[in-house]
Amino acid sequence: MSPLLEIRNLRTAFPGARSGFGPREPVHVVDDVSFSLDRGEVLALVGESGSGKSVTALSLLRLVPKPGRVTAGEVRLDGRDLMTLSVGEMRRIRGKRIAMIFQEPMTALNPVLRVGDQVVEAIQLHELVSRAEARARTRALFAEVGIPDPDERLDAYPHQLSGGLKQRVMIAMALAMRPELLIADEPTTALDVTMQAQILRLLRDLQRERRMAILLITHDLGIVNELADRIAVMYAGRLVELAPRAELFANPLHPYTRGLLAAIPALAEPGTRLHEIPGVVPSAGRWPKGCRFTPRCSERFEPCEAQDPAETTRPNGRRVYCHAVAEGRR
Amino acid sequence: MSGIEPYMVSNGATLLLLAGVGFAVRIVRRNRLWREAAASLWRRRRLALCVLAVYFVIALLDSVAWKGGVPEHAVGVLPNAPHSIVDRFFLDTTEASYSAPFAAVEFYGDRPLRHPGAHPLGTDIIGRDVLYMALKGARVALLIGGLTSLIAIPLALMFGVGAGYFGGRFDDFVFFLISTLASMPGLLLLIALIMAMGRGTVSVCVALGVTSWVGFCRLSRAETLKLRELDFVRAARVLGVSEPRIIFRHILPNLAHLIVITFVLMFSGLVLSEAVLSWLGIGVDGSWGQMIDGARDELSREPIVWWNIAAAGTALFTLILAVNTVGDSIRDVLDPRTQGDAP
Amino acid sequence: MGAYVLRRLGWGALVLLGVLFLLFVLFFAVTDPDDIARKALGEKVPPAVIEQWKANHGYDRPLWPWQDFENNLLFDHYRRMLTFDFGLSDADDSPITERIRDGMGPSLALTVPLLVLGLGVSIPLSLLVAFFRETYIDRMGVFLCVLAMSVSTLLYIIGAQFLIGKVLRWFPISGFDPDPLLLPRFLALPLLVGVLSGIGADVRFYRTAFIEESTRDFVRTARAKGASEARIMTRHVLRNALIPILTQVVLAIPFLFSGSLLLESFFGIPGLGGVTVDAIQANDFSTLRTMVFIYSLLFVFGQIATDLSYGLVDPRVRFE
Ligand SMILES: Nc1ncnc2c1ncn2[C@@H]1O[C@H](COP(=O)(O)OP(=O)(O)O)[C@@H](O)[C@H]1O
Ligand code: SF4
Ligand SMILES: [Mg+2]
Repeated sequence: MSPLLEIRNLRTAFPGARSGFGPREPVHVVDDVSFSLDRGEVLALVGESGSGKSVTALSLLRLVPKPGRVTAGEVRLDGRDLMTLSVGEMRRIRGKRIAMIFQEPMTALNPVLRVGDQVVEAIQLHELVSRAEARARTRALFAEVGIPDPDERLDAYPHQLSGGLKQRVMIAMALAMRPELLIADEPTTALDVTMQAQILRLLRDLQRERRMAILLITHDLGIVNELADRIAVMYAGRLVELAPRAELFANPLHPYTRGLLAAIPALAEPGTRLHEIPGVVPSAGRWPKGCRFTPRCSERFEPCEAQDPAETTRPNGRRVYCHAVAEGRR
Repeated sequence: MSGIEPYMVSNGATLLLLAGVGFAVRIVRRNRLWREAAASLWRRRRLALCVLAVYFVIALLDSVAWKGGVPEHAVGVLPNAPHSIVDRFFLDTTEASYSAPFAAVEFYGDRPLRHPGAHPLGTDIIGRDVLYMALKGARVALLIGGLTSLIAIPLALMFGVGAGYFGGRFDDFVFFLISTLASMPGLLLLIALIMAMGRGTVSVCVALGVTSWVGFCRLSRAETLKLRELDFVRAARVLGVSEPRIIFRHILPNLAHLIVITFVLMFSGLVLSEAVLSWLGIGVDGSWGQMIDGARDELSREPIVWWNIAAAGTALFTLILAVNTVGDSIRDVLDPRTQGDAP
Repeated sequence: MGAYVLRRLGWGALVLLGVLFLLFVLFFAVTDPDDIARKALGEKVPPAVIEQWKANHGYDRPLWPWQDFENNLLFDHYRRMLTFDFGLSDADDSPITERIRDGMGPSLALTVPLLVLGLGVSIPLSLLVAFFRETYIDRMGVFLCVLAMSVSTLLYIIGAQFLIGKVLRWFPISGFDPDPLLLPRFLALPLLVGVLSGIGADVRFYRTAFIEESTRDFVRTARAKGASEARIMTRHVLRNALIPILTQVVLAIPFLFSGSLLLESFFGIPGLGGVTVDAIQANDFSTLRTMVFIYSLLFVFGQIATDLSYGLVDPRVRFE
């Protein structure tokens, strides 16, 4: 069976800082990223903030904010390349087959429109239904995502709802057309801890009921544990490792993945010090040549600084981009 | 025995101004952020900056004056009056009446020109060289914009920072004052002030200053309120750093970019206001506004006398355009809120 | 809400008292009534005439309450202004109230179409420029705005009168006729100049409002659910950008009554702006201070109306 979504060699660039008088050099903040998602599968995309996760997600919806743009690659949904669709065709996919929720529920809703109307709009954009019917469906969605008193909340303005409720409204809006793929970009980062757990549980339940695929984006490996089937790790615009969840946790191969895992309090061995990756993430465009992790990597050796890391694939689809792994040093 | 004369004040002020510019350049060169901002400004708005420099140099040349050195054949010139460097180029050019640009004969006088073809922009009704007057307007315009800002910005900072930092009664008072001033129509208040103080360069500048400080006062008050709550200011207070020191070391430097932005954006508004005042007959002598106002009726002469208003209008427009474009870029470069928004 | 309006009104009243005090200082304390009389009557009139004139115009009393609590100019000034008893013009002894009443009509005839036209031109233009942001159309538009802003209004007026009025003879150079058939011909030039001189600043302001709103997160949300760009502009961006625009417009409404100083004076429209300019040129202090007071009154009301209109368009605003 072909995958639901397949991304091949995606590259997305923003114009970089102007240097001298020449045109601005584009900086590829997403550089040669490939992965795929099966129907009903949850893939977590993890990496420190600034590693290009959000841009990857926006690229596959063709929503990269100007002046950024996708410069190369394919994004196939059921085999059709989204990059070649017309603007109108693309619009009919957004919200209908692929929906997205965002990190900041505070600002993601239009402050001057009632939340019910914003969900109604999401329905009416794709389906010729009466307002009354769209409203009834919105009400049902509100109940499904656990919004108490849905009838009253339909007519609330965003500022009248708490952060958790706003994120539930966003989820209701995303689910309105029963999308096959939900992109959740750090859906819990802006929420407090109890709310985080509730929203994650909600997402998991919805995913199981509706059998939809989720691309779950997060910088926090700790929260993907109960949700993700597979995990893709990004660093500085590149994919560094992609593996089934259990395998990644049990046996991380890339030095960066190991660093990330060692920084999770719940996973650390009792009594050992929490490990932190030394150094800082270089800002976009100031990446070193070769493997971008080189300056922070404790296992670097000669080829690391000169050549882009080689790909190592395992039979179960696991992929790692690291010279050390490729040469069998690990 | 004559004591201090205007031209000496002007020379002294020019020296002070040059010292001030030198000081500002030194600060900009020392601080990395300012240096980068200046470099980026220069990269983006080279032409406009050059235009401004030309105006500045003309105004400087018109500010340095001394007595004597008048050639003997110069007619209608008081040999013992102080003349600026710009004056000295035009000492001997006054004609009897109108002549067109580069003309060989006068319009309204029967006599031929004393200097045929020597007036690239023509002469006005009493025979003054138009180029000369347009050049002299540069100093007046920079004076209006500069002197007024020197009055308005410190005033606004004093009240705004004071109100924001100390709060309480003083804040209430300042807030009431700026609300009151803001609800009076600017132009009318300006006119009332000038009529009450009498006409003249200084009183126009003072009146413009009084009517234009309110906006920046409000801005600096709000900004100070924010800064006051920031950790480094709080820490300084807890450590017992004296209040003037906090204000001068921590608050004012953080307002510096706003001061620069306000100065440039205010400048063009002030010069344009002066033009309106000139039309009402209460402007500053020698300004382009007065030239425009004076030339208004000459458009209805036959043949049309257009070079007067064209010269003044172009000089005014070019300066304002240069200031506005530079001001826009300065805001883009210095204001973090609009960063990245500019081409 | 009621309490909020009351408090705003109270504050407005306080500000107006402050305005009146400032006016008093400027027009009575700093400017000597003897000077005003001499400016109105001429330098060489006998003192008795001056005294008589001062008595007629109410200047013949001590300034401050501590000089004479019963009968002083300060209290008198407050009483008369607050009861709209504006008295006689210092210049030609005509009743000021009457001139204000007569001037309002012509002022409105100019300013209402000017406001409507200005909005009608600059909002679509700025939407267009904002739609093409970061392209050369946008850059061109912004540059043209700065260009338009850099021209002195005087030059616009003189240029239009000369070119269109004198050379092309399309419209009369100046004048006014309330006859609805003739009125448009007289208003054409002032309207053109008014729109031109305001367009640069307006388009830039609205463009900034539109662009600011179109970079908000909720726009991305709307795109992600499949809304078209046109729909996003009209339903999501416009609604939000209208908040700053509307408040600017509401604040401008009271000033429709007071007309425009420059336009009315240059184009010979007998409105309140023209009255004000005449007063300035004739040293007519009593008319001038009345006009300042009226402007301030309008401004204070405009501000209260602005605050209330916020509540109408922005559900986040609550009055407390
Ligand atoms: N609108 C934008 N303009 C310019 N650069 C951007 C923009 N959005 C993202 N970037 C660049 O892309 C990089 C990756 O951003 P992002 O995908 O948001 O990271 P993540 O979601 O992993 O935290 C950032 O380092 C930033 O430099
Ligand atoms: S390629 Fe080299 S530098 Fe990069 S992660 Fe592997 S070992 Fe470290
Ligand atoms: Mg992100």
